Amino acid sequence: MSCEEVCAFLDAYTDRELDVMASLQFERHFAECARCRAVCEEYEQLSREVRTCIPRFDAPQGLERKIRAELHLGNRPSPRPKHIAGRNWRSWAFAASFTGLLVSSAIVLSLLRRPVSDVVAQEVVSSHIRSLMANHLSDVASSDQHIVKPWFSGKLDFAPVVKDLSTKGFPLEGGRLDYLDNRPVAALVYKHRQHTINLFLWPSSQSDFTPRTLSMKGYNVVHWTQSRMAYWAVSDLNRAELNEFARELRAAGSS
Amino acid sequence: MRNKATTKEVQEAKDELFEVTVLPYVNSAYNLARWFTRNQHDAEDLVQEAFLRALRSFQTFIPGHDARAWLLAIVRNCCRTWYRKSRFDATTVPFTEDAAITIATWADPEALLIENVDSRVIHQALEDLALEHREILILRELEELSYKEIAEIIQVPLGTVMSRLSRARKEFHRRLGKATTEVTQ
Repeated sequence: MSCEEVCAFLDAYTDRELDVMASLQFERHFAECARCRAVCEEYEQLSREVRTCIPRFDAPQGLERKIRAELHLGNRPSPRPKHIAGRNWRSWAFAASFTGLLVSSAIVLSLLRRPVSDVVAQEVVSSHIRSLMANHLSDVASSDQHIVKPWFSGKLDFAPVVKDLSTKGFPLEGGRLDYLDNRPVAALVYKHRQHTINLFLWPSSQSDFTPRTLSMKGYNVVHWTQSRMAYWAVSDLNRAELNEFARELRAAGSS
Repeated sequence: MRNKATTKEVQEAKDELFEVTVLPYVNSAYNLARWFTRNQHDAEDLVQEAFLRALRSFQTFIPGHDARAWLLAIVRNCCRTWYRKSRFDATTVPFTEDAAITIATWADPEALLIENVDSRVIHQALEDLALEHREILILRELEELSYKEIAEIIQVPLGTVMSRLSRARKEFHRRLGKATTEVTQ
């Protein structure tokens, strides 16, 4: 496979639209061609950023009712659309109208402002920096998840998911309590090479969404929800490896 | 005596099937129309029109197929008709399909960060995109339709879906204020 061919089909590869044979050829090429591998990683990053930042508009209140009326359908509540296997519904629910109010574009734009997660992201980064400064990383220092997890019981109103990922290069170092988003949360400390990763987790009412990456004050932050838990991982580790951490954790979490 | 379903019963069964199969996708329909038309009023009208058309042509829908993709094709057609009829917007970026596949190499790797990009900037960047780019981004990134489904909806070959998507992503990313130097292969 030539570099030209790789570049021509890069989108199909990153979108998982290639068949198995073609994907394997890509991977074989990447094993030998550092330049194409780098271009691919950059492109995957771009693609991820595009995907995670496009906002979605939810239908205004009453539109469904109007449609039902016009089509002479009943007024049963609509079933939620079935989840198609392998696809996640990512939705930032922006209500684009208020019944009876004149909606100026300023109001709409302010509604489009990123949700609370931006504020939380700042808190997460600050907490990470504070933990490093005060050298207060763990209250329970242990790489044994069977020691760390029970330590939280009685201190939190939820049971945090604690996984040791030493076999993947991300050993657990310990845990502590923290306070974010107006609630007590679990903070788990992981290490990767010389970098410290703080993983914050707490219960979330949001439905699952795949990891979102952002950078703040020179730190990288990865955020996702899985099984009704919100996860925030922050580190000075580079994005690729932090995303790898998130991937490993998510894989371990679903087992 | 054979038990024949009355026309009314058949109609009710159809309506119920439509309700269960197609109506759940009001949000997807609205989202596509909203980004297409860039305003709520027209989007609502188009969605209503699309659902009307969908119900009328429901017999062409093959059970077991993806109702969402089927519906979005109808929504998209309605949007296209609206677009042709509406006044030409001089601020719209003219669309050119670029046959050359370009590889972007980043002038500054740090420029990949979407740190603190304002929602307004994102929203504006999307709105400023050529229509063809905006719609393909919505269909792929938000609706997660496959290349094949997208090809059917926008009526272009698979290869065009891929190249157009590539351009759309890069263009959108560029408008978010990132520096790139493009190297044409």
